[in-house]
Amino acid sequence: MIGITAFGGYIPRLRLSREAVAQANAWYAPQFASQKGERAFANWDEDSVTMAVAAARDCMGPSEDRSHVRCLLLATNTPPFAERLNSAIVAGALTLDDTVEAADLGGTQRVALAAVTQAIARSNTYRGDVLVLAADRRRTRAASTQELEYGDGAAALLIGRNNVLAELIGSATLSVDFVDHFRATGSEIDYQWEERWVRDEGISKLVPRVVAGALKEAGVTADKVDHFIFPTSFSRMDAQVAKACGVRGDAIAPSMMERIGDCGAAHGLLMLAHVLERAQPGQIIVLAQFGSGAQAVVLRATPLITGFKPARGVSSWLSRGKEDRNYTRFLSFGGQLQLERGMRGEQDRKTALSTAWRNRTALLGLVAGKCRVTGSVHYPPSRLSYDPGAPLQDTQEPYKLADRPASILSWSAEYLSYHPSPPHHYGQIDFEGGGRILMDFTDLDVGEVDSGTAMEMVFRIKDVDTLRGYTRYFWKATPARDASGAIYNIG
Amino acid sequence: MANGIKDKVAILGMGCSRFGERWDASPEDLMLEAYSEAMQDAGITPDQLGAAWFSTHMDDVGTGRGGTPMSIALRLPNIGVTRVENFCAGGSEAIRAAVYAVAAGACDIALAVGVEKLKDTGYGGLPVATVGTYIPQWYPNAVAPANFAQVAAAYRYKHRVDPKTLKRAIAHVSVKSHENGAKNPKAHLQKTITEEQCLRAPTIAAPLGLFDCCGVSDGAAAVIVTTPDIARGMGKRNLVTFKALQIACSNGWELQGNGWDGSYFHTTRIAAKRAYAEAGIDRPREQISMTEVHDCFSITELVTMEDLFLSDEGNAVRDVLEGEFDASGRVPCQIDGGLKCFGHPVGASGIRMLYEIYLQLNGRAGARQLGDPSLGLIHNLGGQPSQNVCSVSIIGREGV
Repeated sequence: MIGITAFGGYIPRLRLSREAVAQANAWYAPQFASQKGERAFANWDEDSVTMAVAAARDCMGPSEDRSHVRCLLLATNTPPFAERLNSAIVAGALTLDDTVEAADLGGTQRVALAAVTQAIARSNTYRGDVLVLAADRRRTRAASTQELEYGDGAAALLIGRNNVLAELIGSATLSVDFVDHFRATGSEIDYQWEERWVRDEGISKLVPRVVAGALKEAGVTADKVDHFIFPTSFSRMDAQVAKACGVRGDAIAPSMMERIGDCGAAHGLLMLAHVLERAQPGQIIVLAQFGSGAQAVVLRATPLITGFKPARGVSSWLSRGKEDRNYTRFLSFGGQLQLERGMRGEQDRKTALSTAWRNRTALLGLVAGKCRVTGSVHYPPSRLSYDPGAPLQDTQEPYKLADRPASILSWSAEYLSYHPSPPHHYGQIDFEGGGRILMDFTDLDVGEVDSGTAMEMVFRIKDVDTLRGYTRYFWKATPARDASGAIYNIG
Repeated sequence: MANGIKDKVAILGMGCSRFGERWDASPEDLMLEAYSEAMQDAGITPDQLGAAWFSTHMDDVGTGRGGTPMSIALRLPNIGVTRVENFCAGGSEAIRAAVYAVAAGACDIALAVGVEKLKDTGYGGLPVATVGTYIPQWYPNAVAPANFAQVAAAYRYKHRVDPKTLKRAIAHVSVKSHENGAKNPKAHLQKTITEEQCLRAPTIAAPLGLFDCCGVSDGAAAVIVTTPDIARGMGKRNLVTFKALQIACSNGWELQGNGWDGSYFHTTRIAAKRAYAEAGIDRPREQISMTEVHDCFSITELVTMEDLFLSDEGNAVRDVLEGEFDASGRVPCQIDGGLKCFGHPVGASGIRMLYEIYLQLNGRAGARQLGDPSLGLIHNLGGQPSQNVCSVSIIGREGV
């Protein structure tokens, strides 16, 4: 049996109030006045790579040994790099084995489904698992429909043969050049064609074909579908498609569009991960997506489905959101508004690539060195230990810190330097079991943390070298929050 | 076995430029200002100088690298000029080199000059420094106020100090330094401030406000040293001699290990113990007449009182609030205004601290002259709380 063996997701904490956007733009675009709900938007230090890492960690949990992952497929239409394998950055952050086959996929909204079917095919040849990640952080123009409709997010599936939670029992694909929207290479913003044409000639005609094909391959009739997932930001389009396919109306999965927006390439898997949280053994799940054709897969949940829980899960990410009514923050984080940086913002952020490579496990994977004699933990790792009195040489062994509980020893929040989201919080983080790093904090508000606050590690953008177009990544500390977003463990 | 520096080297002369926003002066002008005063004080001519050390930190906005900027600015007679750089403790590093050279007998008379020209960057605060190729890839884009504010957070957490009480105590530190600085005509900031002003000032790096941060100044300071015998031979009396010169440098333990709690300066405690031992001081609270400490931020000065063993651990808040380190207190601190008000031209600061104690020991400190000081301590810190260079020096009257 081949299928999904683990799942997870990630939704950024920030949720832009559509009402706030509509109010800000009312003088120019009054047609958005009735917009309700929120859309998720990435913090300034998040992109498709960092969100993919977050989703993968949600999916796999704090596993020490990830050598079972033999292949990583990253589906995104917003890769930070056109050349520099984005999935290799993710693989490094996840401390996957160097021999993993990592690849970036893109080009259509249904690319994540293409990744799933490729993963299934590869599972026939690999001994280990295939990690499918989907993430998007799409740019939009101010006062556009997309600005309100789009969202940022990521999802993850582990595909393999062991402990399958949902078996893939059918799939179908149509690849045609139906251009509902496009974005040329080098462009940032999508160009959209008329919605009515897309609905009537595109979605309504192409999607039912692939759903029917996939159901036929699965040997399942449409009325037996328990969860029907069709991500769309078009009003009631999912219900129309379900009806056209013969799927019961009560099987339609919640789109989450009202709460987080349409997370692009990630949205289908995000909805799937949401559905899998509550799916019952034997249930039939259909996931269909539209884009340069259409694609559908049919899954059947196994008895193991009720025994699996992602680290947080889509439900928890959904509820942890924090409403933001600050439209200029959204514009600034999305590169749509150039704020004055001051002279301190002029500092060159050039990355020495040779240094980055030499220290790749420490930088991408947050791997420290643990002295096998004294047990002391060193970050960054070094040949000589800091142990007072008698430093030991070459005694440190790799020791991962990313998933270890940590807390704040000391901190500050400063307004002096240039920071995209002031004040700049950073401080000394102590890890349970040893290890200390002076590091940046992210995803927190003024007054939320103090010495003793429990913190978690997140993989984020460290700096952007605007002169050369290079993004460097590192880990940051963020307050450990419960599903309501509340911080716990203030000591 | 080494037996220390005590009484082996005397100060022959000192000079210090006016500190501040010296829009009128280049680094060369500042050096000349300090050097001229020192040479006049020493009563020597350039050809008597055997060697020189030059402290400057920010080569990119200051003088440039190497020894030539100083040699050219002062038209030195082709003697060796060595640039030293040790963050904000570079001035003490230059002093140490000159003193050791004289003590070793390598030269009879040595010169140390420190200078910094910070006000040619176009913005307030310290310029951003380069830190190699690895550190920027993981370390926060840290700034000094937030680095030192970490100590406030950790100190408050460890000693369970009420945030408002700590804020008041560090405000007292600054109010006191402004009172002292108001009597110093060379000081950058010569106005008194109130506690209320401190508490209401805008936050720079929580919990530090504007008045918890020292001035960013242009300035230079110079010292000329020789042996006590040579000094006496030149007719000098009431010599001021070095009793101790200690520098302790972090090795990563505070930054990386879990043993340091962030509430104190590990290197200061080490350097202080070594300095007291070198100077033969066993009761610092009674024996030290005055201190000039590295009050880059008010919290630094407060914690340093404990690290120099002038306050018991956890008691500095109370001691500061009770005025123990005020001009009229038990051990006056920053009688010249300190970094806070005299100013902080990085590479010059260690020498400026020495300058004030030298003036005080000679009874030449004008309106701010203390009663009868005999031993003064200089604490000069470079870097940041979790990784730094700390210099603790003690000078005093000969024979004390």
